[in-house]
Amino acid sequence: MNNSNFEPLKSYSDVEIQLGSTTLKRGFANMVKHGVVMDVTNPTQAGIAEDAGAVAVMVLDQLPADIRGRGGVARMASAEAIKEVMEVISIPVMAKCRIGHTQEAYLLQELGVDMIDESEVLTPANDASHVWKWPFTIPFVNGCRDLGEAIRRIEEGSAMIRTKGEAGTGDVSEAIRHMRLVNKGIRDVVAAKDNPEELLILARDMKVSYESALKVAELGRLPVVNFAAGGIATPADAAMMMRMKCDGVFVGSGIYKSQDPENRATAIVYATTYWNNPDKVLEAQSMVNENLAMPGLGISRMDNEDKIQHRGSNL
Amino acid sequence: MLKIGILGLQGAIEEHENALLSASKALNVPISLIRLLNPEDLEGIHGIVIPGGESSAMILIGNKTGMLQAVKNKIESGTPAFGTCAGAILLSKRVRRTLNSEVSEGAFPVVDIEILRNGYGRQRDSFSTVINIEDKPFEAIFIRAPIINTVSNHVEILSLYQDKAVIIQQGNILVSTFHPELSNDNLIHRKFLQIIGNFVSPNNDNYK
Repeated sequence: MNNSNFEPLKSYSDVEIQLGSTTLKRGFANMVKHGVVMDVTNPTQAGIAEDAGAVAVMVLDQLPADIRGRGGVARMASAEAIKEVMEVISIPVMAKCRIGHTQEAYLLQELGVDMIDESEVLTPANDASHVWKWPFTIPFVNGCRDLGEAIRRIEEGSAMIRTKGEAGTGDVSEAIRHMRLVNKGIRDVVAAKDNPEELLILARDMKVSYESALKVAELGRLPVVNFAAGGIATPADAAMMMRMKCDGVFVGSGIYKSQDPENRATAIVYATTYWNNPDKVLEAQSMVNENLAMPGLGISRMDNEDKIQHRGSNL
Repeated sequence: MLKIGILGLQGAIEEHENALLSASKALNVPISLIRLLNPEDLEGIHGIVIPGGESSAMILIGNKTGMLQAVKNKIESGTPAFGTCAGAILLSKRVRRTLNSEVSEGAFPVVDIEILRNGYGRQRDSFSTVINIEDKPFEAIFIRAPIINTVSNHVEILSLYQDKAVIIQQGNILVSTFHPELSNDNLIHRKFLQIIGNFVSPNNDNYK
């Protein structure tokens, strides 16, 4: 059967098929778990990512480190660049739209990307709200800095969550902080599970519904897949995030801003899979040379207004 | 106690663990689970689950540690195996990356079928539908699923969708192109536990 003439209609037992359901959108995210999604800007980089064992690629016009350096307005990647990448690799292709830019998101859906990242790395298009994601037939991933932000995005229809970290820095400390806050938030709601008054206070503090907080309390985790992102640059960084109970990692500038992208990509994948085997993580870390890592940008001296993580609506 | 290993390189690992535990409860058959990451994890395993995920990623990672070869040996020696989606691709004798590409062998080429990766298309073509298995309706969830194009005559087709086999059995090997681990029905995982049970103790009626 040819993809282009696939018709969503009746078939075996005359049962209609369902497209774009929440199960299918969250299910897609389930399939990339324990894997690495890599930022790429062209088909060559996409090929390297696929050959290194990436589970998906994220297409951008420029890597976050360059967006940070260049300034100006960062928008959705050009359609042509996304199409070129989709043609050369067989793993899923994701792309970013600006926060709150519903139209860019519809363009990406029309292009046929497998997942949309509504990303603070691009210049936010709407400082009041995010895209209402439920009507889309393809899944979204959104960034978060704590549990409340994660749940607010899920309430808007996001099918996957990632930490924001601080993109384009090579400094993993913010990703660690955000993941710690998500985990702490989960512990708090779990502890309040049988105490509605306390749970309601937590929910209101987080600006989320009581039902959503209860759902997380019952599951003991987010109801969707949760990756780490923002500043991951080495195999040890990736393994660290897996140790913090992330379901997988996104690596942005860390690979192609280094001088050993092939080795580094392979090594980060390896360390993500084998994070709990110290000998294997050491082996992965030994595949890369710290002198070839991206130079990086320390978080501690950065002004708050220069931080990408604070961009977009706080609600 | 049946000891079941889930290939732990990448993908929907936890979902299979949960489905197996639920099937074990329903059948009252005790099981223990282990994630298969290193060749020594295969010690004493009675059955292997190969989850959905990205088959290319699993192959690249598994080749580095000798894990693929070890799992291949284990399955070729007769150990029951159950592959879903990417797992189905890995278990196929003939794999096509695209409609026009050459046919190559899966990583554990035991099932006599030809399978096409991402046969229905991209994520926007992912779908769910109700299929008929053993005269019961089952919610089948297809995510960037492969299509089984040809099936040899010693493979038993358990259900079809649009005239293509979507779940098949060949001896101790069970293969589905959809994701039973994402449904709320443990029917197919119960079936796999029965296959393992019969393999371990053929005369035990508990597994019938």
